Amino acid sequence: MEYTLLILLLPLLSFLVLGLAGMRMKHKLAGGIGTFSLAVVALLSYLTAYSYFSLDRTAEGVYPTLQPWNFEWLPFTESLHIDMGILLDPISVMMLVVISTVSLMVHIYSFGYMKGERGFQRYYAFLSLFSFSMLGLVLATNIFQMYVFWELVGVSSYLLIGFYYTKPEAIAASKKAFIVTRFADLGFLVGILIYGYYMGTFTFTPEETNLMGAGMVLPWALGLMFIGGAGKSAMFPLHIWLPDAMEGPTPVSALIHAATMVVAGVYLVARMFPLFIAYAPETLHIVAYVGAFTAFYAAAVACVQSDIKRVLAFSTISQIGFMMVALGVCTSADPHHGGLGYMSSMFHLFTHAMFKALLFLGAGCIIHAVHSNEMSAMGGLRKYMPITHITFLIACLAIAGIPPFSGFFSKDEILTACFQFSPVMGWVMTVIAGMTAFYMFRLYYGIFWGKENKQLHAAHTPRESPLSMTFPLMVLAAITVVGGFIPFGHFVSSDGQSYSIHLDTTVAVTSVIVAVIAIALATFMYAKEKQPVADALKRALPKLWRAAYKRFYMDEIWLFITKKIIFRCISTPVAWFDRHVVDQFLNFMAWSTNAAGEELQPVQSGKIQSYVMCFFGGVVVLTILLLILL
Amino acid sequence: MDLDIHVLHYLVVSTIMLVCGIFGFFTRKNMLATLISVELVLNATNINFAVFNRYLFPGQFEGHFFALFGIAIAAAETAVAIAIIINVYRNIKKIMTDDVTDMNG
Repeated sequence: MEYTLLILLLPLLSFLVLGLAGMRMKHKLAGGIGTFSLAVVALLSYLTAYSYFSLDRTAEGVYPTLQPWNFEWLPFTESLHIDMGILLDPISVMMLVVISTVSLMVHIYSFGYMKGERGFQRYYAFLSLFSFSMLGLVLATNIFQMYVFWELVGVSSYLLIGFYYTKPEAIAASKKAFIVTRFADLGFLVGILIYGYYMGTFTFTPEETNLMGAGMVLPWALGLMFIGGAGKSAMFPLHIWLPDAMEGPTPVSALIHAATMVVAGVYLVARMFPLFIAYAPETLHIVAYVGAFTAFYAAAVACVQSDIKRVLAFSTISQIGFMMVALGVCTSADPHHGGLGYMSSMFHLFTHAMFKALLFLGAGCIIHAVHSNEMSAMGGLRKYMPITHITFLIACLAIAGIPPFSGFFSKDEILTACFQFSPVMGWVMTVIAGMTAFYMFRLYYGIFWGKENKQLHAAHTPRESPLSMTFPLMVLAAITVVGGFIPFGHFVSSDGQSYSIHLDTTVAVTSVIVAVIAIALATFMYAKEKQPVADALKRALPKLWRAAYKRFYMDEIWLFITKKIIFRCISTPVAWFDRHVVDQFLNFMAWSTNAAGEELQPVQSGKIQSYVMCFFGGVVVLTILLLILL
Repeated sequence: MDLDIHVLHYLVVSTIMLVCGIFGFFTRKNMLATLISVELVLNATNINFAVFNRYLFPGQFEGHFFALFGIAIAAAETAVAIAIIINVYRNIKKIMTDDVTDMNG
């Protein structure tokens, strides 16, 4: 499978071409180059997936782990070296398919969405850069290569969030995203270094003796790596950058901040899963608790936001929380006894990528039509935008967990895994799943039904988007409809062996009932022209509503911590020390040199004879010294 | 009369020449006089070269050659120095060292 190298090289080449020569190209040509290279990458990915999964399983019943390319880049010791290569195993192949599909859809969609924008070519160059880095991340053969591409992904995310660089909010958002994730990546780097030091290797499969000898170090290293994953995957309390990242173009939000980059943290934990489960189960459960809290928090915030992209952003955070929980509740590597979460997490990652990309792209169509992100500018759009309406509804049903859409199957597996871990966790996640259904249908009714902003729509009638934008919606909707029937456990499971998904009837029925109740509640509250219940609730609990709307003041808390505590208590004294001690010391050095020069200046009289006198005196002194000493 | 001329005698002469040269170099302000003093110093060393060669290594010629070499160098040096002095004189009409202080730091 040597051709897999092309999957990495094509987007890189496209980035270089578009980045260096793009500004001289016509928009169509530049977009065409980017889209064509991604189309080839997508085809190659499908080919890779097909040929990989038709390989024979090994004697243990698992798919072989292949390394079609690997070259040693930076050797430190015999075993510790940084490599660059391509690793094929079930989850990396699965991620290849997800990334290339969503990325191709976003490339096509952007033709319509970004039409006529200034910097169209730059946009496509950055998209190619992102695709390259994300593919490199999932194909990494070792943790350090993963880290390199991890940072590249962060950079391309930064560039794309700040695409509208004349808008101050976009610049602030891009900086925030970069700084917050970079801060988290510090933990990742420290984790990698500890891992490399104690394991003697950067690969994912260290020597048994090193693993045994590491003791308590390995859980710490893995925990630190999870901090990096939590930053990228917007886990509480490092989630603050993701809602702001919505300042970027909407297709970018669909690609980076919904489907691919933000699940890198989940992928990281899944990648290290064999080590987590064998040597650091407690750390894994911490992941579960962080994920559960994040899922709940984000769901609560999503219930009151009025900006549709913000609602989707918080829903993304919440769903990633689900994936983290699913990984975290695993207690063994056997999918039949406590290892179900791994498979369900990857399954949910797959289905979520599709329907959340669909939701974002649908939101992009809506924003394109009404030129606003606010729900108040929408309402009643179903008449104007039928395709967007239907596809959006499919995605909402999927995320709410209504059969037979894909989200039902993956979420059901997650809930089953949670119930196996502990009933409390199971019920908590079921309630959050209900909240998901509620806020998604609040969003759906707010956009397509509810109170129509007739005044605005009369002045500017919303229209359905062109085919270049609706085509990706239809493709993703089709995947969302049939995605749940993929025998996912056959390809990916915690021990690598084939696992056939069977629905737990109790859990499935419960979760569907909860989802239906939540949807009914949302219908009752938001579907109509007048919304007395919603308004009454808002009036009855003004403080709670306000706090949720302000995201429970998490941004303010971070600002307080950084500005009031870090800046004032650490930065200010350090600045004082720098200015008054370090700088003054150097100033003193300069001053003393200068003063000494001033003092010695008269000696340089220019009179040769006085120089010679000095010279002669020196000779005499040396001679006397020599005579005495010898 | 048997004048037994020993190596020491030569050295006394050359030492007197050296000290006279250094003294002159320090005290005389006239550039020409300074130059003459330098010649004295150089010639004192030439005498030493010749004497040591003659008395310590009679069969060899390095010292003699070196003395000749020194004489050639001294001639060249004198030519350059006089050229400089003449130029200084043309420019500032003075040849006293105290007056030439343009290179004062």
